[in-house]
Amino acid sequence: MMLGRLLGPRVWLLVAALLAAAILVPMANLWLPADSPLHVPSYMVPLFGKYLCYALLALALDLVWGFVGILSLGHGAFFALGGYAMGMYLMRQIGSRGVYGNPVLPDFMVFLNWDRLPWFWHGFDQFWFAALMVVLVPGLLAFVFGYFAFRSRVTGVYLSIITQAMTYALLLAFFRNDMGFGGNNGLTDFKELLGFSIASQGTRAGLFAATCIALALGVLLVGGVTRSKLGKLMIAVRDAESRTRFLGWRAEHVKLFAFTVSAVMAGIAGALYVPQVGIINPGEFAPVNSIEVVVWAAVGGRGTILGPVLGALLVNAGKSYFTVAAPEFWLFVLGGLFVVVTLFLPRGIVGTIDHGWNALRDRRRSLSAEDGTGAPPQLPPQSPAADRTSMPDGALPSPAE
Amino acid sequence: MRSGFHGFCSAAALVAALSTGGAALAQDASGDTIKVGILHSLSGTMAISETTLKDAMLMLIDEQNKKGGLLGKKLEPVVVDPASDWPLFAEKARELISQQKVAATFGCWTSVSRKSVLPVFKELNSILFYPVQYEGEESERNVFYTGAAPNQQAIPAVDYLMNEGVERWVLEGTDYVYPRTTNKILEAYLKAKGVAAEDIKVNYTPFGFSDWQTEVSAIKEFGAGGKKTAVVSTVNGDANVPFYKELANQGISAEDTPVVAFSVGEEELAGIDTKPLVGHLAAWNYFQSVDNPANAEFIAKWKAFTKNDKRVTNDPMEAHYIGFNMWVKAVEAAGTTDPDKVIDAMVGVSVPNLTGGYSSMGANHHITKPVLIGEIQDDGQFEVVYETPGLVLGDEWSDYLPESKPLIADWRAPMSCGNFNTETGKCGGAGASN
Amino acid sequence: MLTLPCRLLTLAFLALLACLGSGAAAFAQAGDPAQIVQKFGGKTSFEATEATVKELAATGDPAVARALNALAEGQLYYRKSDNRVFIASGGGDPLTLLDPLSGDPAGEEPSGNLAKVKIKNSIRRTVSDALGSLTLASPDPAKRLAAANTLFAGATPEQIETLDAAIAGEQLPDIRARLEQARAAAVLKSDRPEAEKLAAIELLGSRGDREALVVLTAASAGSAEAAVKAAAAKAAGAIEETIAFWAYAQNVWYGLSLGSVLLLAAIGLAITFGVMGVINMAHGEMVMLGAYTTFAVQETIRAEAPSLFAWSLAIALPLAFLVSAFVGLVIERGIIRFLYGRPLETLLATFGVSLILQQGVRTIFGPTNRQVGNPDWMSGAFEVGLMSVTWNRLWIIVFALIVFAALLLVLGRTSLGLQMRAVTQNRRMASAMGIRTPWIDAMTFALGSGIAGVAGVALSQIDNVSPNLGQGYIIDSFMVVVFGGVGNLWGTLVGAMSLGILNKFLEPFAGAVLGKIVVLVLLILFIQKRPRGLFAQKGRFVEA
Repeated sequence: MMLGRLLGPRVWLLVAALLAAAILVPMANLWLPADSPLHVPSYMVPLFGKYLCYALLALALDLVWGFVGILSLGHGAFFALGGYAMGMYLMRQIGSRGVYGNPVLPDFMVFLNWDRLPWFWHGFDQFWFAALMVVLVPGLLAFVFGYFAFRSRVTGVYLSIITQAMTYALLLAFFRNDMGFGGNNGLTDFKELLGFSIASQGTRAGLFAATCIALALGVLLVGGVTRSKLGKLMIAVRDAESRTRFLGWRAEHVKLFAFTVSAVMAGIAGALYVPQVGIINPGEFAPVNSIEVVVWAAVGGRGTILGPVLGALLVNAGKSYFTVAAPEFWLFVLGGLFVVVTLFLPRGIVGTIDHGWNALRDRRRSLSAEDGTGAPPQLPPQSPAADRTSMPDGALPSPAE
Repeated sequence: MRSGFHGFCSAAALVAALSTGGAALAQDASGDTIKVGILHSLSGTMAISETTLKDAMLMLIDEQNKKGGLLGKKLEPVVVDPASDWPLFAEKARELISQQKVAATFGCWTSVSRKSVLPVFKELNSILFYPVQYEGEESERNVFYTGAAPNQQAIPAVDYLMNEGVERWVLEGTDYVYPRTTNKILEAYLKAKGVAAEDIKVNYTPFGFSDWQTEVSAIKEFGAGGKKTAVVSTVNGDANVPFYKELANQGISAEDTPVVAFSVGEEELAGIDTKPLVGHLAAWNYFQSVDNPANAEFIAKWKAFTKNDKRVTNDPMEAHYIGFNMWVKAVEAAGTTDPDKVIDAMVGVSVPNLTGGYSSMGANHHITKPVLIGEIQDDGQFEVVYETPGLVLGDEWSDYLPESKPLIADWRAPMSCGNFNTETGKCGGAGASN
Repeated sequence: MLTLPCRLLTLAFLALLACLGSGAAAFAQAGDPAQIVQKFGGKTSFEATEATVKELAATGDPAVARALNALAEGQLYYRKSDNRVFIASGGGDPLTLLDPLSGDPAGEEPSGNLAKVKIKNSIRRTVSDALGSLTLASPDPAKRLAAANTLFAGATPEQIETLDAAIAGEQLPDIRARLEQARAAAVLKSDRPEAEKLAAIELLGSRGDREALVVLTAASAGSAEAAVKAAAAKAAGAIEETIAFWAYAQNVWYGLSLGSVLLLAAIGLAITFGVMGVINMAHGEMVMLGAYTTFAVQETIRAEAPSLFAWSLAIALPLAFLVSAFVGLVIERGIIRFLYGRPLETLLATFGVSLILQQGVRTIFGPTNRQVGNPDWMSGAFEVGLMSVTWNRLWIIVFALIVFAALLLVLGRTSLGLQMRAVTQNRRMASAMGIRTPWIDAMTFALGSGIAGVAGVALSQIDNVSPNLGQGYIIDSFMVVVFGGVGNLWGTLVGAMSLGILNKFLEPFAGAVLGKIVVLVLLILFIQKRPRGLFAQKGRFVEA
């Protein structure tokens, strides 16, 4: 139970739930008869798979925002880059089954007159290479970007805006047909993944399970890192960067580590996302997508591991539901939700529940302490986010946090 | 944090509640109605164009129900909002087909949204009607293309301008696949007609581009060479208003440098003061100003349905009108909404269009249409200045592109192929597995 | 005016000039205009209409100008019952009919009984060419000037004599110069002696604009004499150099113009975000509300008092300010005031607000673009040297600078501004001094929002008025504010202008897309160099 104590029961519960889902959902989809009440309809498997990819992305953002205080408005870029790496592999797998029947060139290259494969498309016919790129490209971009930004001590809102500029620049770049990534249409019409037909139920279920496992590993990683000494350092950088630096720690190294790891996680999320939705296009780089990721994390509760996962699931499930149930009004609902959550649940859903639970327990303890039977009251173990929000009203409105 | 378990449970309950709620909502309707999916963005960047099509579909379905429905059942529209988000299009398509069990779907505007839903329609074997002019280079068994292919819009427009004495060409477009392909076809076509390479200028701008000063002055300069110049614009929706405003302000008049657009219709012009634009051109298969009883009736119904006397009609609306009536006719002929039977029944179906003729569905799943070229008038309408003598069938694989020249599509029984290569005699690519 | 399909028109001109040359005697032979004009009636082909135009022009009768003008402007109708041709005016129903030549009233007719004489671009061109020659002797100097310009573009050797006559009779030096240039252009195309041609080249070289360049390039390419060829090429080269120089000026101008748009879009944000620290994602929607206010004002004016249309923007300005400021006030009082000290959470809340506002506008006004007209003083362009300056861009630059100056004034010279600065610099101290900080917060936010609304009025003149209007500007606005340095209005000004000019200088070489990418990358690099923007804030509150 050492590990259990190290990571806390919540992380283990989440991991257990994800692993259970990884086994049960595909089983319920594939083997239960369609009229069984426990049957999971086929369309739901990729849908939930997609939500889980978003959850992994939100978790990645939480690592840098919730624990290191870097508000990245460009995490969609890492997600999309991972997605493109996977998409390129899937494109190469189409082979001569494209409409023009060209064995090497993807269709869009054929009709845009590319005579040979651009250099950066080489190697993507191998899964191992694509998988490497899924990790390497977002990681490297984050490393280089972070190295310069953190070394120059670009912080707060300046950092947020240049991450936004980064994703915006990539958006425009990938829109260009000359870049060789399919322009606005992106990459689509995939056929096979590792030899399995991408449209088959079995592949879908497998991808779903893989996503669950990836998310579970992500949760373990973030849980492990944040509970370690490094995690304490991260929180120190978040809450008092200058002080941490004066104590002799290299804040930029901590940030760079978190930023790079987070980008890699986002890239993996993107790679799992693409085969499940069947398309990757520059729209994923849109700054507003990255802002939405921030919103998921905030709704669930940043700085809590469960929160972002839950926020991503909830907001996206809500979006799916309301775009059908109230197609004309769902933006009111979604917008209203964001406002209400910020106003009334400033710690996010999970943070608020934690806070309420702690407060309740403290009151019970103090009650029992008055009876003289219970233990003396302890200081409540507040979540760091709660610390921030308990700042007195009228504190200095700083342009940057 | 010992509170963890508590938080986790309540949150999990919430997710479960939401998702089962969604499922419950979906399963309540499979009674005596035939469901028709409407997959048009109602929010986001494409809402500008697509919302109208949703309304048009609602009107058509309403009309059909007043006539007694289809196969003795009422039609029930299922409207969803894919929010101009391309992966969401795929998700919503999947939901419409497998959850809502729609018999057919009318939807999409941009090429990327169509590309995004294509695999879904193929996998789940359902029918999509796509109402917008597009770049061609596609023919799918599950899709019926009721908008124009490049040969139904671009090439006749260029022919017309050549007759008017145009010798230099600016191909101005938004940087995405439709302008790229169209311009490529046009370039090949113009060169085949003897236009020198230096008399063709191609330029691309990003989506939603709003600062056209440099581009418009470049057009002006290019046109100042002494030869008569025309601009062929494949500029996409949103960017058109600033483009035309800049044209007007920089004094590029239609008499000197006409602009012929393939994406500007009545709806787009409703957002611009057209007085300085009189004489600029657009090529479509339908204009609101076309004078015949069927069109007059359609316009009157549309204005009554939207309760707005100023609402205009446009070409993609006519495409939905044709597509919907074709589908109704095919379903009646097949006696069922079963996709396989309807797809087979669709080919050869012929219905009245709004320009006074009949459009019929070709074996390549494209339709026959007249090509009209209109000049912008000061009231925001177009006046037809040229009409092709007969109907033109959409050519899915352009003859002006070397790769697609040998390809043909024929979805009728023996061939049943969307990309049959006449040189190798094989059904290439994706068709092979079908 | 730039180009003319000469071969189409040469015939017409030949006929026309023959008439002009031989004087009034020719009138009788060419036919009676009153009869010819009736040929427009009935369903005719474009070719027939064009032939009728030429025939009318060939009469040389100045009275046909009225009919031709009406034709070009789409006011020439025929009665379906008897195919009689009229000019219909008034725009109402029934239409007032006028005789096509004399302009005398000819009764009324319901519009349903009339059909428009259809025309197309080539006919418009034929008409304007015909009018050009017809009006060369017009008493109105403006018409003569227009005629001279038309003749310049389509000069043919046959016109030299006509032009000589016109030059001799012309009193006004401007028009005379134009006529002489037109004659020079005609001379170059003729087989006149070399010396005369060289003189013509010199004359055209001194005109030195694009139109002259066209004529000279054609002369250097088409002429047989080596001396003429060389001289024309040299003169053309000189003009090209001048044009290249002016191209720089033009780029700077475009850059300033783009910069002023960025400035307008960003300046409200410089207050709400830069000064107050609210990451206001709903800023773009405030701009949009301003644009929609303009639309509403114009609709009202169109319906109630069309004569006020020229004033519509002036009327819309204060209203747009009030509307956006009010919405801003509601947002501040309702949401943001609970979030001070948690700036990143304002991002979340205002993002929600922006979604709600967008969808709200979509529900009320519909998802399609709305038409906002340009008043006359915002339309068209004028020439500065070889640079064309459009009025709307000029006014927007002026307007942006006025807004900027006004804002500086408010912040620097009013007590409200003083209190705003006090609150942002040290809230507790300001509060201790008796300033009602919540009130100032609300006012500051309302001011920033109101200015965004005012920007919307200006942007409605150049961009779409649609629910997505704000989305197009929000990212650029944040870039500008951050580039300039958060909390510094001058930074916003310099930031906007330099990003605008940089963009416009890159665009011709790199294209619009790549240009923008380069600008973004440079911005990222710049922030590495100066992590607090161009004009970094100094002082203790920076790190807070």
